[in-house]
Amino acid sequence: MAGVRERSLAWLHRRPQAQAWSLLGPGTFWLVMFFAIPIIIMLVYSFMVRGIYGGVEPGFTIEHYKRFFDPLYLRILFRTFWISIVCTAICLLAGYPVAYVIARAGRWKNLLLFLVVLPFWTSFLVRTYAMIFMLRDSGLINAWLMKLGLIQTPITMLYTPGAVMAGLVYGFLPFMILPIYASLEKLDLSLLEAAEVLGAKPAARFWKVTLPLSMPGVVAGCLLVLIPCLGSFLTPDLLGGAKEVMIGNLVQNQFSSARNWPFGSAASFILMAAVLVAVMIYLRIKDRSPLEEK
Amino acid sequence: MTAPERTAPEPVVRFSRVTKSFGDIKAVNDISFDIRKGEFFSILGPSGCGKTTTLRLLAGFEEPDGNGGEVRLLGEVVNNKRPYERNISMVFQNYALFPHLTVEKNIAFGLERRKTPRADIGPRVRKAMEMVRLDPAIFAKRQPAQLSGGQRQRVALARALVLQPPILLLDEPLGAIDLKLRKEMQIELKALNKQLGITFIYVTHDQEEALTMSDRIAVMSNAKIAQLGSPAEIYENPRTAFVAKFIGESNFFGGIAKRNTGNGWEVESRTGSGFRIPANPGIREGGEVQIAVRPEWMDLVRPNEVPANENSATGKVREVFYLGEMMHIVVTLDEGTDVTVAMRNEGQLIKPLSWKTGDPAAVAWLPEDCQILESE
Repeated sequence: MAGVRERSLAWLHRRPQAQAWSLLGPGTFWLVMFFAIPIIIMLVYSFMVRGIYGGVEPGFTIEHYKRFFDPLYLRILFRTFWISIVCTAICLLAGYPVAYVIARAGRWKNLLLFLVVLPFWTSFLVRTYAMIFMLRDSGLINAWLMKLGLIQTPITMLYTPGAVMAGLVYGFLPFMILPIYASLEKLDLSLLEAAEVLGAKPAARFWKVTLPLSMPGVVAGCLLVLIPCLGSFLTPDLLGGAKEVMIGNLVQNQFSSARNWPFGSAASFILMAAVLVAVMIYLRIKDRSPLEEK
Repeated sequence: MTAPERTAPEPVVRFSRVTKSFGDIKAVNDISFDIRKGEFFSILGPSGCGKTTTLRLLAGFEEPDGNGGEVRLLGEVVNNKRPYERNISMVFQNYALFPHLTVEKNIAFGLERRKTPRADIGPRVRKAMEMVRLDPAIFAKRQPAQLSGGQRQRVALARALVLQPPILLLDEPLGAIDLKLRKEMQIELKALNKQLGITFIYVTHDQEEALTMSDRIAVMSNAKIAQLGSPAEIYENPRTAFVAKFIGESNFFGGIAKRNTGNGWEVESRTGSGFRIPANPGIREGGEVQIAVRPEWMDLVRPNEVPANENSATGKVREVFYLGEMMHIVVTLDEGTDVTVAMRNEGQLIKPLSWKTGDPAAVAWLPEDCQILESE
């Protein structure tokens, strides 16, 4: 037995290419099987004819793509982008200070990081339901406010755009905090001292040194929030009510209740293309930014 | 600031009984000194002696303890002033160049913070680059990552000098560059100090560097100043055994003061042999005496050829070291200790030394070459 192991290791050792493939193999298999192939299937479906009871029938048409350019759907696409950008901005404004404090927290660092990732220990679905319990008319927040006498009748919070935004920000905030923390943590403190000696007051020190040097984390964080946010459907569905708030809900509906798989596929591809364009524009802006001259 | 200075030459830096603690540990313990305008002042000591804390107190990164004395810059007490409120510049040990800015932007950083008119920034950056001999045409647009260690060093220097500060702090700035370049930079730094009239305060653990460049040196040990003086005073008249050991090499002898001869003392060592030392107010009869003698002030002679007016001790040659310009001969004395004698190398190929391991020998030195040490 040992001989086989030795021999195969020796064989691998002489063939660096085989070595590389054996390392790439498992991951590649997964991605091809469950990402590349399904996406190709969807691409093909998006040009096929809708089946009456779901599924597709043979044929070629671009009608589904045309259909998307109806104002009704464009408005959803636009709203999706608007919500995602606002959500990313809120996550950035809320997450940066948290990341900054954690990066400077000394021996509390690990505990604070642990707290940031703690929500991941429970399912996102469960946490979203928990938010429903907080936000609904008979929920905890309204109960407290009424008990305190601040309001007489409950405030409607659930199934509003605000509730969707609160849920999205809550869900994605850790994805903003962690990469920003990582780049702030690496920041060489002597650079801040150098800036101070050169006459930079705390504000200038932040804008001219800390922020530009943490830009890689900010960019990573923004992408990690923006992209999944554009595709989210669970939060808008549960907290926004049954309305088609975001494009993710549209796609989900086409595949489930509306049974229009080709149109759902086409909408997915349009979203994907829009995300690609948006990310490219974003990285372009970032490259040109005077803060990031590297 | 300039008018009163001419009448009363006020020190640009004054430490008055400054103490700085971190927890229970005193990093700087009750130290006082003045630094004169335009001086090249070095703070020298082994790691952990408090030299970096002293510099950081000057820069404003640290504040003295609650009643830990006073730090004055240009006559003003600055204990609680932030670095950006002090008129100083600093060159950091690792250069601390901003990695996201080009060379020119790095150098312009301080000028921009100080609201220098836009039109002045360009010419001043150019001038600073020329001062440190960096060609603006080649280096202005480079990123720090594209520079060699020596070039980064020059950018850091230009970034500090462009502000025309009255005081420049340098924290072991030459530690990371190779020997040849280091020697070159030492000469340039010294020239810049004289040419610009800026007070340089230079922290280093390299005694040779401190001796080469400084007008005055403060030798620090255990959070205190062990000795402050010119390089010659420090080298030729070390106050304590620590200073004698840390700056250059020394041979140590000890004993009891036996007899005052009028122009000095006769000292008897523990083994019974004796030596003479010059007069010194700190010595009384029967008291402990410790002296240091520099290796190059000693001669190596045959045991029966010791000149009459010199001190001597006999032993055997243990090892001969070839150092290039010098030869070091280590002699194990009869009493057991090792002594190093340094001689000029006059060419081992043409005029080889006649000393070999095992030769009986005597080390001889003049009484006036004894450096009498205070106990620490």
